[in-house]
Amino acid sequence: MLFVLLVVVVLNFLMLHLAPGDIADTIAQTMGGADEQDMAELRQQYGLDQPFFIQLFNYVIRVALLDFGHSHFYNLPVFDLIMERFPATLLLVFSAQILSLFVGILLGVYAAQNPNGLSSLFVNMFSLFGYAAPVFWTGILLLIAFSLHIPIFPVSGMRDITIETDNFFVHFFDVLRHLFLPMITLASIFFAYYSRLCRASMLEVLGADFVRTAKAKGLSKKDVLLKHALKNSLSPVITFAGLSFSAVVSGAILVETVYSWPGLGTLAFNSIISRDTPVLLGILIFSTLMVTVGNLLTDLTLKALDPRIKI
Amino acid sequence: MEDLVSIKNLNIEARTRAGTLKVVNDLSFTIKKSETLCVVGESGCGKSVTALSLMSLLPEGILKVSSGDILFDNINLAQLSETELEGIRGNEISMIFQEPMTSLNPLFTVGEQVSEVIRRHKNLNKAKAWVNAVELLDAVKIPNPDKRAFDYPFQLSGGQRQRVMIAIALACQPKILIADEPTTALDVTIQAEILALINMLKHETGTAVMFITHDMAVVAQMADRVVVMHPGKKVEEGTVHEIFNNPQHEYTKSLLAAVPKLGEMASKKYPEPMRLVGEKKTKALKPIVGTNEPLLKVNNLVTRYPVKGGVLRRTVARVHAVEDVSFTIMKGKTLSLVGESGCGKSTVGRSLIRLVEPTSGDVNLDGQNILSLNQKDMREARSNIQMVFQDPFSSLNPQRPLFDQVAEPLRNYGMVKREVLQEKIGDLFDRVKLPRSFMQRYPHQLSGGQRQRIAIARALALNPKLIIADEAVSALDVSVQAQVLNLMMELQVDLGLSFLFISHDMAVVERVSHDVGVMYLGRLVEIGPRQAIFRNPQHPYTQDLLKAVPIADPDKRKSERDLNFKPLPSPIHDLTHDPVPSEYKEVAKNHYVLTTDCGY
Repeated sequence: MLFVLLVVVVLNFLMLHLAPGDIADTIAQTMGGADEQDMAELRQQYGLDQPFFIQLFNYVIRVALLDFGHSHFYNLPVFDLIMERFPATLLLVFSAQILSLFVGILLGVYAAQNPNGLSSLFVNMFSLFGYAAPVFWTGILLLIAFSLHIPIFPVSGMRDITIETDNFFVHFFDVLRHLFLPMITLASIFFAYYSRLCRASMLEVLGADFVRTAKAKGLSKKDVLLKHALKNSLSPVITFAGLSFSAVVSGAILVETVYSWPGLGTLAFNSIISRDTPVLLGILIFSTLMVTVGNLLTDLTLKALDPRIKI
Repeated sequence: MEDLVSIKNLNIEARTRAGTLKVVNDLSFTIKKSETLCVVGESGCGKSVTALSLMSLLPEGILKVSSGDILFDNINLAQLSETELEGIRGNEISMIFQEPMTSLNPLFTVGEQVSEVIRRHKNLNKAKAWVNAVELLDAVKIPNPDKRAFDYPFQLSGGQRQRVMIAIALACQPKILIADEPTTALDVTIQAEILALINMLKHETGTAVMFITHDMAVVAQMADRVVVMHPGKKVEEGTVHEIFNNPQHEYTKSLLAAVPKLGEMASKKYPEPMRLVGEKKTKALKPIVGTNEPLLKVNNLVTRYPVKGGVLRRTVARVHAVEDVSFTIMKGKTLSLVGESGCGKSTVGRSLIRLVEPTSGDVNLDGQNILSLNQKDMREARSNIQMVFQDPFSSLNPQRPLFDQVAEPLRNYGMVKREVLQEKIGDLFDRVKLPRSFMQRYPHQLSGGQRQRIAIARALALNPKLIIADEAVSALDVSVQAQVLNLMMELQVDLGLSFLFISHDMAVVERVSHDVGVMYLGRLVEIGPRQAIFRNPQHPYTQDLLKAVPIADPDKRKSERDLNFKPLPSPIHDLTHDPVPSEYKEVAKNHYVLTTDCGY
């Protein structure tokens, strides 16, 4: 895992270095132009005049010491900037992932009980809609619906700054209310995938010999379905959820932009526009970390689910 | 005796795309309290479906009881609600299935799976049910039951899993136990133990048993009464002695004739085809003499597989699959290798044509040293040795017409010109007695026996000298098995073929072999002429193996005392393990017995 992180750090640095232009250009631009000498001074100030490998080496060492540099745009340490917004993204990503897994599995189990019936058709249509619709489109539609027509959920931000109490629960529910729409939007693509996958996997498991054994034991339909069949059909769903975790993280960036959710997505968007390289690099490291931890969690879940898996 | 189960005029229909199909047709029979009723018939005759209907577990939407009554303990099962049926299943009627490998849930410990059924029906708390489950595992003779209860099914052997299934089935002292081919997937030694276990538990608890099987030898061991089924109908019913000694229906007679019986070849020096019902009595059954000219000489063959482990995937141990094996096959004769699964008999077959690369040894086919050949010459040499595999369903490509599949080896070796290919393949179809019109068909349109004929035709295409038949008839129904065996023996006479016949079925081996080798844990423990091995087995393992074989004669039942198998030791050893060479003693002419310790 550490090795993965190191490779990602180096690759990120390389990638951004290859792009034309640097912070000196941006500053010069905002100042309305600068002469050669000013540019050279700026570059020296930011260490950009050093050979490439020295820059890379210095960067890697600083990252290892958890020093992500200083944002040119916000004039704040990158680490503080990220830590301020990271919890919001983490909340959005995990709640959307858990919601989509829960709903997806529920729909999948429901549809698998009667694979040729109406309920199955309904779930299939619903999932088709889910992965056909791009997340920013779903997001904007929900935004319009809930801002103009049924204004029960806030459509922007994470907190209501007009609240004046210190009561924890009031703030808690306020965040939940704000979370609702972004979470639904982000989850909408994924519960489509999960329900299809879970349905297929359930159907396969329901035909297995041990399900027949469970029925022959006299277990109720509910026990056969939820205890014996479900546990066996979960591993493909969990595996896929782990693989698609990175897609959830990148989806979060779009969703955050649509709903002005104060997370890493909005920050990333702004730092790309303003060529704030240290911030961008920091965000990339954090999302890598999130994806690696997500995959680790997936492996551990699979291991807990299936005793035959060895790590 | 009172009737426990009474099935009256049962009709079961299957809904298929082509319309409804009668799977069970006007079937009636009864099972009395604490008796064993065997239902015999070939695959597709409706015996398993009948059992499932007794459990009310027919797959919904596919099979359904269209008319007739099933009375259990004088209750009509059709009138019960689903909840009432759930109370009966696993409690008063329980069932064990054919495939112990897949019948247990892989994600729960065996203790959980046994105690689950106890908690469901007996209202015990978790701790008490667990204690009860451990007792049951002990009753079905799982060693160290208190520890093994925490094991998952994948940690147990096939025989142990079937014991666990029996423990689940008997947990609530059911009035009837339905056993659907419970030993078909198991080795003969394990089969003998499981049959003995079912019999013992039946005597202890007085439960009735409905035993479904296609194996007449198992019927002879188990049954009080027998029902014979033939496509959906009952053709005969009677006590086990009536059925075996005085069968009335033609089908029962043909079924009995098709079963090779251990010992019936004892007086014959050479193997000969079976006389099947329906063939002319005058047709002479010619013994297959063969020659005494060696075709294949195998000396000190050793095959070991590496076991990889650790981060760097280094070899940490080795599986000693074949350990110092030597034998000779004569032209026109058959050598059989027998033994339990995992004894290395299949690996010997594969090593001969280098499907797995042997570690050391010497394989000489008609003067050519197979193991020293380079890739190109090996390709040539392979045309002399062909294989026929066990599973006729998966060893043919489902998407190619049969003509192409039989022609493939000929095309690969470029041996036949295109113009004559058609005629050549036609001849091969004639040889294996399949109509030439089958050439453009696909495998799914054929029955298991027909597919195995195609596999044989494919093996014959290159005019091989030796055919390795690896459990080639094990998956077939008895009557089909007899036909395929007869076909193989006819081909042997006509073409002067030699066979290496790998099988676990002692009765079949007795029927087809000139010589027999018995394998245990990678070593050949005894080898010699067939009569000598069967009449005068010398090695203790051979003796025990022969004792385990069920005999298709109800007067020759085995008792549990005949059995004393030890669990098979592991063939995996660390890298430093250097086994001693196999030493043999010649007890009679050509009859060798291993004197080295083989672990038995």
